[in-house]
Amino acid sequence: MQLEFSPEEQAFRAEIQAVLAKVPQDLRDRHAAGKMKMPDDIINSCRVLNEHGLAIPHWPVEWGGKDWTPIQHHILKEEMALAHVPELLAFNHSMIGPVIAQFGSQEIKERFLAKTANLDIWWCQGFSEPEAGSDLASLKTKAVRDGDEYVINGQKTWTTLGQYADWIFVLARTNPDVKKQAGISMFLVDLKTPGIEMRPIQLIDGGFEVNEVFFENVRVPADLMVGEENSGWTQAKFLLGNERVGIARVAETKVKLAKAKKLAGETKIDTGTLLDDPQFAGRIAALENDLLALEVTQLRVVASSADGKPNPASSLLKLRGSQLQQEATELLADIAGPDSLPSSGIDGSGIADIDSAEWAQRSVPQYLNYRKVSIYGGSNEVQRQIIDKAVLGL
Amino acid sequence: MDFEYSEEQVMLRDTVRDVLTKTYDVETIRKVTDSELGWNRDVWKSLAEIGILGLSFSEEDGGAGAGPVEVAAVLTEFGRALAPEPYLDSVVVPGALIAAAAPGHELLSALASGETLGAFAHHEAGDRWPMSAVAGTFADGKLTGTKTLVPHGDCADQLVVSAREGDEIGLYLVDASAAGVTRTAYRTHDRRRGAQIVFDGAPAVRLGSGDASSIIADVEVTTQIAQCAEAVGALERCLELTTEYLKTRKQFGVTLSTFQTLTQRAADMFMWLELARSMSLYATTALSEGLADATIASRVKLQVGKSARIVGQEAIQLHGGIGMTAEYPVGHYVSRLTAIGHTLGNPDAHLAALSRKVNDWDMVSIA
Repeated sequence: MQLEFSPEEQAFRAEIQAVLAKVPQDLRDRHAAGKMKMPDDIINSCRVLNEHGLAIPHWPVEWGGKDWTPIQHHILKEEMALAHVPELLAFNHSMIGPVIAQFGSQEIKERFLAKTANLDIWWCQGFSEPEAGSDLASLKTKAVRDGDEYVINGQKTWTTLGQYADWIFVLARTNPDVKKQAGISMFLVDLKTPGIEMRPIQLIDGGFEVNEVFFENVRVPADLMVGEENSGWTQAKFLLGNERVGIARVAETKVKLAKAKKLAGETKIDTGTLLDDPQFAGRIAALENDLLALEVTQLRVVASSADGKPNPASSLLKLRGSQLQQEATELLADIAGPDSLPSSGIDGSGIADIDSAEWAQRSVPQYLNYRKVSIYGGSNEVQRQIIDKAVLGL
Repeated sequence: MDFEYSEEQVMLRDTVRDVLTKTYDVETIRKVTDSELGWNRDVWKSLAEIGILGLSFSEEDGGAGAGPVEVAAVLTEFGRALAPEPYLDSVVVPGALIAAAAPGHELLSALASGETLGAFAHHEAGDRWPMSAVAGTFADGKLTGTKTLVPHGDCADQLVVSAREGDEIGLYLVDASAAGVTRTAYRTHDRRRGAQIVFDGAPAVRLGSGDASSIIADVEVTTQIAQCAEAVGALERCLELTTEYLKTRKQFGVTLSTFQTLTQRAADMFMWLELARSMSLYATTALSEGLADATIASRVKLQVGKSARIVGQEAIQLHGGIGMTAEYPVGHYVSRLTAIGHTLGNPDAHLAALSRKVNDWDMVSIA
């Protein structure tokens, strides 16, 4: 057992830091303050990373991947968080890119992969439906073959950042007469195709992050199906397995906690600062300890995932990681206290132009927004079931 | 960055597991721990023969020169088996104190061979972690004072005793059978043994020279981390017993594993076990690299203590009534975990210690 990173890993970390420093400082500052310009900041940041080979190191080498060790991937994610570089767009880099590289036809790979890596195409996800959430395989959206095309009808929901997207990857039922998992196919659909309507859903933080997508007789060329007909569930499982990797966001939570500590040290209460209060200091110390235990757990999982297959223990990372992300945002909101009440100008835009600090005004919307992290990517209850089945044999 | 055992360490673990699982089931544990000694001298001899007892001693002192990782691997197996042999209390702890205070001392090889049993007499009435006041005194070759909680002090041949000599805290060696030593043995709730020991002008020999406070503090960290490794073994078994029970116990015509209200809680037990294991591996690795300090010891004691409460309580609850019985192992594990939790600082005390340091760093980090 060994606590230090190897000299090679430390050198690698320095190389990563040098590249990340090329992402414009003002962009990273906006990300740190929780007020990115969308979608430009995501796109511009991604392109800096992609130019230097850091956007898709986990893809197959043939398509631009790097054949890194799991520890190297871990170091990249950690350094991105510490440098306030926005995460890559999960839908492109973690989800559809690897699926296309694994299951797509040569033609599809050549057409989409480079553009997906560089965010020349912005992808969104058409998986969940109003009646198919945790039970995704019960989805009802239909795709019916008609000559060289499929005709898609149905409704998708929770399509994150769909308002910026160019294309959507869709799971649709191609055979209603077999076991539900066995009749699903995956399609790549241009959002400009006639018959598609995207409607925003406002969330409890007041923001617009997710959408409903309606498909009415949407005609998709048959060669834009990924893999064989009715093999979509295989691709969906592959994609969702990848989704859980890195979902613990340990480094992001560390950054939040360090920020919380600094702000608590600047927040006056009647007996000194909030950080001097033993009760509050205890809350921070407990969260720091929880985070450290998760970090070591993540390093253990990373080291044991060397064969590239998703490790069922990654469900543990998702479960605990989401809890700690939520605790950190809750902590920030509680530090803000009464200054968290104002949240925008009277017209509903920006922040209120009063003495309450900007971070304080943004703290409760962020806290509310982060309730999502224990729901998306397989809710924590689903993660526990995965642990039960795959680890405990229950 | 590596938190895995090496091949040799896995072999060591498997050897110890083999010896202990052959010996101990819950009936044997109850029988052995109901004896006056509370543990089994034959098992002790086997452990000595395969070199386990001397593992942490240097080769010059008759040991194997192994480090904290090996000791942790052994103790995790003790935790799994609930083995009552006093490996940590009678060998590792007194050995570490003597080796630090008086390197090359002749007693070390006797401890390493298992022939002589040591004990550390340190805790005094009213002490809680962190312990600071040592009221026992040494003057003119005689030691006076009362040590209330001496783990396995009942069976020890030689006692390492902390005492005050002028302004200094020193460590002294006292023959347990000497005049002026009075022992009152007791049983603990987890079926182990201990003694209150009164020293009334007992003949004592100073171990080394200079203030021994830092040696005591270092060995305390070693002990805390070692006990946490033992706790991880006990936690593993709590979860294994619970999952086995959920798979086999039938109610309403089906196994308990069909009830998600139970299995969801088992998944959480797995989470708390793994978090405890991570922190234990982290602290053990830090110890083996000379990086462990009181902060890291508090980190592991806090996490393992918290996990032990949750996993232990849930293990009993998910078993139902059978989990309450002395015939069934799970309650014995919970009792042991509770005893470890109350030794050298409970989770509250360690959280308070970490809270006081929270301003010492901006961002929490591993190394």
